[in-house]
Amino acid sequence: MIETSGVTKAYGDAVVLDGVDLKIPTGGLTSIIGPNGAGKSTLLSIISRLTPMTSGSAWVDGLDVSRTPTDQLARRLAILRQENHIAARVTVRDLVSFGRYPHSRGRLTFEDRAHVDQALRFLELEPLADRFIDEMSGGQRQRAYVAMVLAQDTDYVLLDEPLNNLDMKHSAAMMRLLRRAADELGRTVVVVLHDVNFASCYSDCIVAMRDGRVRRSGPPEEIVQPEVIREIYDLDVTVHEIEGHRTVFFYR
Amino acid sequence: MRDHTRTRPAAVLAVLAIAAIISALAYMTIGARGPWSFILPFRGAKLAALVLVATAVAVSTVTFQTIANNRILTPSLMGFDALYALIRTATLFLLGAGGFAALDPRLAFAVNVVLMTGFASLLYRWLLTDRAEGLHLLLLVGVIAGVFFRSLSNFMHRLVDPTDFLVLQGSLFANFNAVDGRLLAVSAVLVAGAGVALWRLVPKLDVLALGRDHAVNLGVDYRRTLTVALGLVAILVSVSTALVGPVTFFGLLVANLAYLAIPSHRHAMLLPAAALLAISMLVSGQIVLERVFGLDAALSMVIEFVGGVVFLVLLLRKTPR
Repeated sequence: MIETSGVTKAYGDAVVLDGVDLKIPTGGLTSIIGPNGAGKSTLLSIISRLTPMTSGSAWVDGLDVSRTPTDQLARRLAILRQENHIAARVTVRDLVSFGRYPHSRGRLTFEDRAHVDQALRFLELEPLADRFIDEMSGGQRQRAYVAMVLAQDTDYVLLDEPLNNLDMKHSAAMMRLLRRAADELGRTVVVVLHDVNFASCYSDCIVAMRDGRVRRSGPPEEIVQPEVIREIYDLDVTVHEIEGHRTVFFYR
Repeated sequence: MRDHTRTRPAAVLAVLAIAAIISALAYMTIGARGPWSFILPFRGAKLAALVLVATAVAVSTVTFQTIANNRILTPSLMGFDALYALIRTATLFLLGAGGFAALDPRLAFAVNVVLMTGFASLLYRWLLTDRAEGLHLLLLVGVIAGVFFRSLSNFMHRLVDPTDFLVLQGSLFANFNAVDGRLLAVSAVLVAGAGVALWRLVPKLDVLALGRDHAVNLGVDYRRTLTVALGLVAILVSVSTALVGPVTFFGLLVANLAYLAIPSHRHAMLLPAAALLAISMLVSGQIVLERVFGLDAALSMVIEFVGGVVFLVLLLRKTPR
């Protein structure tokens, strides 16, 4: 379980996160939604120790993220941020192999290679394995990064806006894949999403944030409601049941 | 296909090693008239200096660029040369030309290395901040510090005697012809030590090349690794600068040539490749200088010219990142 208690992040006077208490259950797919500047990405990077918090605590499986040795956490939790720019010449296979670093320290064993191959297969990247990542499209590159965090073989996989820059087809494929990672591989997947409808269709649990606080959290049926959406986004919407999924209509 | 990225760099590395050995042999033997008992130690000392400087500059630049995640920044572009010039100028200013020339080179060397390593460690501290603007702040501080040092030097230049100034000017160009033999052994020990320490960091450097976030995610102790690596870079740069003077663009040149030659991200390949390239280039440059120009030019001028052009091409071809 991922747990935070009173997590606060402030840059000078600007408070980005304001005492966040949150429990994310083990297993399944949890989405974090909320308007721009709600603190979603900051929360994710604090849980994954990429950003230090101003005050409060966060635990992953009972391990305090600000005290636990970073290499130990790297075998429990993997994070992928939105912006991924790599200057080095790296092939897809090289990149995915980096996911094994917490286990192998740069010397790949037979088992490591098996994990790499499995991740490549899972994301259908085998035909592209020897391509350099700076020569691929945005969608392919995004898949390569996701393969890397899956190869890391951690119980928890955190992704910050994995649908960023993906078209409809690739967005849907990415969400199906994350769903499969939760169902078939038994990972606990936590994603920051901007598209409420994707969150509604694929999540077991939705965490709704606003102004640096968690306003609501619960299953999609509870969160995807006109009142809740208004509370979070200041937007009047209608919610329709389409093929068994609650869908938010907000285009006019 | 899978070996594509594994075998080719090794082959390139072998070619580079052969090129370095040939240039070294050529340097030792071309135009050798006179007893070998004189030529071997005489040229050997210069060759050793060239190899040491080449290795130090190449390895430190590649490491620095990996840490900074930027292939245009080099340690020497960040105020290092200006600091070196300032230390030399201040020494001359305080001691006068006579004292300047009589100064024990070992003492001057030690002072240079200590001051420059200290400066670099202070400056690089900015990189260690957890804020995203750390790198940009570092750049700005480096540039401003460089301007500050340069202005101080200029100010002192105006105050010293014109003849003293000529003495000083000679020592501000990189000079491979007048390396003090006594400094070579110390430098060799420092460069070798830093090299071994860096070699042990190689797997971590590979990960650091992915950027801070990925490195932390993969469990690299970012602050510690960065502090160690930057300290080693500072030592290497100080040694090379204190030994022969500033060679601003050389590191940039060999590092980027190494990236072109080696289609791999692995520092186990990139570091030796850059060092071998640097050795070949410096040594053959020195051959040309001695045999063609008859020592009538400074090697650094040639390097700066070629390096400067490459730098501009890199800047124009793609936005710096």
